Amino acid sequence: MKEYKTTGRIIFNIFNYTFITLVLLLCLFPLIHILALSFSSSAYTDANLVTLWPKGFTLAAYKYVIQNVKFWQSFGVTLKRLAFGVPINLILTILAAYPLSKEESAFRGRKYYMGMFLFVMIFNAGLVPNYLLIKDLKLMDTIWALVLPTGINVFNIVLMMNFFRGIPKEIEESALVDGARQHVILFRLFIPLAKPSIATITLFSFMSHWNAWMDGRIYMNNMENYPLQTYLQNVLESSDQVMLNTVNLQSLIDQMAVSGQNLRAAQLFVSIIPLLMIYPFLQKYFTTGLVMGSVKG
Amino acid sequence: MNKKRKLNSNQLIFHLMVWIPLLFIIIFNYIPMITGFSVAFKDYKPGFGIIDSPWVGLKHFQKIFSTADTIRALRNTLIIAVMKIIANLIIPVVFALLLNEVRIKWFKRFTQTITYLPYFLSWIILAGILTNILKTDGGLVNRFIEALGFEPIFFLGSNDTFRGTLVVTDVWKNFGYNTIVYLAALTGIDPTLYEAAAIDGAGRWKQTIHVTLPGISMFIVLMTILSVGNVLNAGFDQVFNLYNVSVYETGDIIDTLVYRLGIQQQQYSFSTAVGLFKSVVSLILIAGSNYCADKFAGYRVF
Repeated sequence: MKEYKTTGRIIFNIFNYTFITLVLLLCLFPLIHILALSFSSSAYTDANLVTLWPKGFTLAAYKYVIQNVKFWQSFGVTLKRLAFGVPINLILTILAAYPLSKEESAFRGRKYYMGMFLFVMIFNAGLVPNYLLIKDLKLMDTIWALVLPTGINVFNIVLMMNFFRGIPKEIEESALVDGARQHVILFRLFIPLAKPSIATITLFSFMSHWNAWMDGRIYMNNMENYPLQTYLQNVLESSDQVMLNTVNLQSLIDQMAVSGQNLRAAQLFVSIIPLLMIYPFLQKYFTTGLVMGSVKG
Repeated sequence: MNKKRKLNSNQLIFHLMVWIPLLFIIIFNYIPMITGFSVAFKDYKPGFGIIDSPWVGLKHFQKIFSTADTIRALRNTLIIAVMKIIANLIIPVVFALLLNEVRIKWFKRFTQTITYLPYFLSWIILAGILTNILKTDGGLVNRFIEALGFEPIFFLGSNDTFRGTLVVTDVWKNFGYNTIVYLAALTGIDPTLYEAAAIDGAGRWKQTIHVTLPGISMFIVLMTILSVGNVLNAGFDQVFNLYNVSVYETGDIIDTLVYRLGIQQQQYSFSTAVGLFKSVVSLILIAGSNYCADKFAGYRVF
């Protein structure tokens, strides 16, 4: 496309770049503000003097986070949840997606199975029946309540299915001629070929487990079993006094170094860090995943 | 003969594979549906269990339309969801169009990186950030407003502003991510169309109207149709983490009401009925909107 440097174009460009820059600032300011708060001492945060740069720089809030047993306990629950949840997601997704990626002629009954999976995507029993089920299965306060009901994500299955369909049929046909069984074809050929989409689904799964909070809130009675996000929600809901009472660092309170504001900010920020670390991958694979998922199935 | 046997054993392998995940959805999705349907038509008492609780027919469903709270929640859900659908449609399209005009590659990529970021953060994190910057006494936003000489605004505590705050913050979280679809659509437009239009004397503005917009109109129509299935989803995660008693009047939605009724007040049957009502209506809307998407835009989701 040719660029015509007319006056109108120049004016538009100035407007456009200014506008987009403003939008960028709008996206960044809240995060920077929280970061600044977390490094500021309570004298400044409580007087609302902190904007985008820390005032009265202190690491006191982070010292609190590091020594806060409850924070790390919930962090541990989340790690456990990821360690079980992500592999469960992956295995179930692949096991469902591979047969479903075949034609009806190769896998009789495919359309009925597909229907059963798709129906789950658009119809939800609701909160209470799910809660009663977990209660009746005696899964309350166990890690299984967090990783089993979330084991299947139909969107991921459709994504994976579309990817399997993109693999040339000749590969499967030649393996069949050589006498390979379907499970061998899946594990020896399709899974190695599907690495990029498995990476995508791993990230999807990681994200949803990392950000989940509701199941922790309703299925966990004991606060020790809260995953990180549920714990954070609890922190955000509780009053400053309640939170300060849980601080073991009396000396920090005496020095007026920590208060509700910078403690909350520091905990929020620490829980964002793992996401920021994998963010380049997230961005890359989420975009390709979105495009892949929209390929007609 | 040999070939046929092999085919059958492969069929068997497929069935075995698919039944493992199928068992999961039977246990965790289909069984709750069955219990849900019975709980909603019974007066469920935890001591009795589901089977021994008495049948009460449509009692709880009638109660939905005779209780002020549920009617209010229905109204709020519809209003908030429709506002969000419209805003989440227009703003990403406009932003994609503007971003498409950016010729500096690194700036474009940088913009995408930053604007996608809030999408990946949970509403817990965002609510923590928002309650801080939107608070009345010295929140970042109100400090700015006061500096301009206006009165501070009660964003999350007043019925006048709560819905607006929900919509704006929802757009803030999602607009970057929502532009992906439109940016992809924009790159799919045949560049020769622009050249032809330029030769015919069309300026940038005319090209946008006559080439770009028709080029992505399919996607806009499609996204609109598909979003109809969401009119009863006003965003539980967001509302639950931002609302409080003083804004129930404008902010209490079906999902938050179901939570309070079911988990906090333990009105299991009524809560299930409300949730089921929502699920059934949503199902009809999704089926209808997908039918329309197939018919008018030739797009099949399933």
